[in-house]
Amino acid sequence: MAAHPVLVPEPQEALPDLDINSSQGLLQWISSVDHKQIGLMYLWMSMLFMFVGGVEILLIRVQLAVPNNTFLGPEVYNQLFTMHGTTMIFFVAMPAIFGFATYLVPLMIGANDMAFPQLNALSLWLTFFGGLLLYFSFLAGGAPDAGWFNYAPLNQYNYSFQPGIDYYCAGLLLAGIGTVSAACNFVVTILRYRVPGMGLKQMPVFVWMILINAFLIIASFPALNAALAMLLLDRQLHAHFFDTQAGGSAVLWQHLFWLFGHPEVYILILPSFGILSEVFAVFSRKPVFGYAFIVGSGITIGILAFGVWIHHMLAVGLGNVVNGFFSASSMLIGIPTGIKIFNWLATMHGGSLRFSTAMKFAVAFLVEFTIGGLSGIAFAIVPIDLQLTDTYFVVAHIHYVFIGGTLFGLLAGLFYWFPKMSGRLLNERLSNWFFWLFVIGFNATFLVQHVLGTLGMPRRVYTYPDLPGWGTLNMISSIGGFLMGAATLLLLYIIIKGIRSGHAAPADPWDAYTLEWSTPTSPPTLQNFDRVVPVRSARPFRDLKRPNDADWLKPGKKQGYHAREQAVD
Amino acid sequence: MRSIFSSATLEAERLHALDLYFMLAALAVLLLVAGLVVYTSLKYRDKGDGVEPPQESTNLSLEMLMIGGPAVLVVIFFFLTIRTSSAILPPAGETTPAVVVTGHQWWWEAAYPGTQVKTANEIHLPVGQRLLIVGTSADVIHDWWLPAFGEKMDVIPGRRNHVWITIKKPGIYEGACSEFCGQQHAWMRIRVVAQTPADYTRWLAAAARPATPPTEAQALAGGALFAHYACSSCHQIRGTAAMGQQGPDLTHFGSRRTMLAGLLENTPANVNRWLTDPQAVKPGAHMPRFIFGQDSIRALTAYLTQLK
Repeated sequence: MAAHPVLVPEPQEALPDLDINSSQGLLQWISSVDHKQIGLMYLWMSMLFMFVGGVEILLIRVQLAVPNNTFLGPEVYNQLFTMHGTTMIFFVAMPAIFGFATYLVPLMIGANDMAFPQLNALSLWLTFFGGLLLYFSFLAGGAPDAGWFNYAPLNQYNYSFQPGIDYYCAGLLLAGIGTVSAACNFVVTILRYRVPGMGLKQMPVFVWMILINAFLIIASFPALNAALAMLLLDRQLHAHFFDTQAGGSAVLWQHLFWLFGHPEVYILILPSFGILSEVFAVFSRKPVFGYAFIVGSGITIGILAFGVWIHHMLAVGLGNVVNGFFSASSMLIGIPTGIKIFNWLATMHGGSLRFSTAMKFAVAFLVEFTIGGLSGIAFAIVPIDLQLTDTYFVVAHIHYVFIGGTLFGLLAGLFYWFPKMSGRLLNERLSNWFFWLFVIGFNATFLVQHVLGTLGMPRRVYTYPDLPGWGTLNMISSIGGFLMGAATLLLLYIIIKGIRSGHAAPADPWDAYTLEWSTPTSPPTLQNFDRVVPVRSARPFRDLKRPNDADWLKPGKKQGYHAREQAVD
Repeated sequence: MRSIFSSATLEAERLHALDLYFMLAALAVLLLVAGLVVYTSLKYRDKGDGVEPPQESTNLSLEMLMIGGPAVLVVIFFFLTIRTSSAILPPAGETTPAVVVTGHQWWWEAAYPGTQVKTANEIHLPVGQRLLIVGTSADVIHDWWLPAFGEKMDVIPGRRNHVWITIKKPGIYEGACSEFCGQQHAWMRIRVVAQTPADYTRWLAAAARPATPPTEAQALAGGALFAHYACSSCHQIRGTAAMGQQGPDLTHFGSRRTMLAGLLENTPANVNRWLTDPQAVKPGAHMPRFIFGQDSIRALTAYLTQLK
């Protein structure tokens, strides 16, 4: 065993007194400022909203199963699809990402908590109550009904006079403040609270991606928050930012929204890239291939993210020069994304692959996300975008990115870290059922939607005429949707069964590499560490377990550890 | 089955070539990734012996290949994008548009510059000529798109947008509003009737004429009711006192095949249903429900359907 255990940097302020070993019930959770409990609450929140958003979309799929259906009227339909999109992005995907990040970042960098534990709790509750406020609109006279990107001037009072869009603004503003404060917390935590010895080059890829993500959030959410505030002024105080009939601009909203919205897409995918980098490495029994290139391409994506938003607006008619510029910048995104895919393949190549459920989702991700990435390139090619934008092809594309990409990554993370988070193992056989049911349901739902798009079916229609092929393809899509619904219920059952009666998990069930697995128990104690294994490479826990083959012993590796060690007082 | 690959215009044909190159490239990349996934998954499966494989983690030339390959594809497709964009969508310049379409919640208005002609939802165009179509909106953002014609055009209040089309063959082409525009976005369909230049000229001349006054008794009564009730404050019937601009121009309503932007066939029974309770037929539509008696509705139906 390497000789120098390292002291853990503690937050400056003492934590409020909470004894995790004597349960105080719900109050203990609500009042908690412990990053692990807050992380778990983020994940449960995500799960809760996923069921709500899932029920909404299943109602929609019933309506769309056959042509000229009258199961839902247009008013209800438009509220449901708006709420589905808004919920899934802001109250399912974002909290799930923050859940993993809040739980894991301090553990992975050898810290005992986030830099600002109370701010951490505030971020969670702002996001949660933002979601509740959004949903309160159903009781207040009608949910928002102008789509999740809520274009002007349809979002103005004269076109949508129910209070739904006011709740959309207020709810998303609240959640947005929570998101930005959480991002600030991550930046400070990652830059200031790493265990001595962990330079930036020794950081796990997941932590790198959360760091990039935090900067993306801090730079992009203000555009959304500003747009929401302007819209609220328009609706409540008759300002005219977006009111075209009073000289406002319809296009300004689109610029502001997508200046946030496109970075948001990368905010949703980068954490999954981080999770997958951990999962591929551990289940291939190899270090992640091309660490510097995976991290570097993440930074590249983060920078390019702010120069591509017009590709959501190519049909607006901004001219060939503007469209051409953003076409080029959008296509460039394909290069760093390709680097990641091929590096993960190279990680698997020559490895010793263990196909746990986490690894299955990671491998499925490679194919599904590639489909979503390639259909995304179609939207960077201006003339093809002008054919396919606003059709079901877009619906297929975003779901291949958000489900085949983001969600598959998050599910890989769930199955990978569940033993550490809960102290229990999940039923492998049922998990396997869940994997196949979900993958088949997912592809059945969305693969056919590519075809519907090329046949000319616009998105967001509450019904459609009985044109050749449309009914059949929509029926397949609806059946796939219900398979996914069934799979999601199975997942909930697996998780609850795992927590209630799963086999106890050892501290390191996967023979993993990073510090969170070096905590002596699963789940970790309230105080994560009192001593942390020495960090001299990106795989400190493996170095500890295999001292004779440690990464930092390899030729060509800089041994900068000793210099840093001296700095520890 | 019409799709984006039907290519009814020269511009769409040009696009079709680009679609094809893209699909081939995308398929090749997908097959490469999927092939590598299957190959590595099968070949490097864990043997359960607990032995760690060699811990390689870098290979600079491999990384350069990963960057270079996609970069070549990006350069090729960027070149194709610029070439195709400038070919199919050059600036409008001073050209007089063949038709100006205006999106309304939830129907399309079509005005033919240089003539009196105004129609709705069914838009007649000549084949074999390069036509400029200009679009704008009277309320929220809509989007003009026919899959077989190629590119879309957002129609935005306060802006004028354009597309170029050269229709190859006469026929009826369908499309729909493709930007979410409120409650009845689903029923804002487009029907383009492409005609030979001679037929088109005949149609244009007929459409430019004011409405012929009704002769039959019930239709005469319907005409009087149309003028008497509030119909004329929203609808125009050229040749009468009805000059409203909010709703579709009804001068030649009877010659249109469909009504309510593609929702129903234009038959007396459907007109009757619509006048009886518009909100039951197309909920949210801006046509209010007038509590007409059945005989008034029959008279109005007779009047409207004879407006050929």
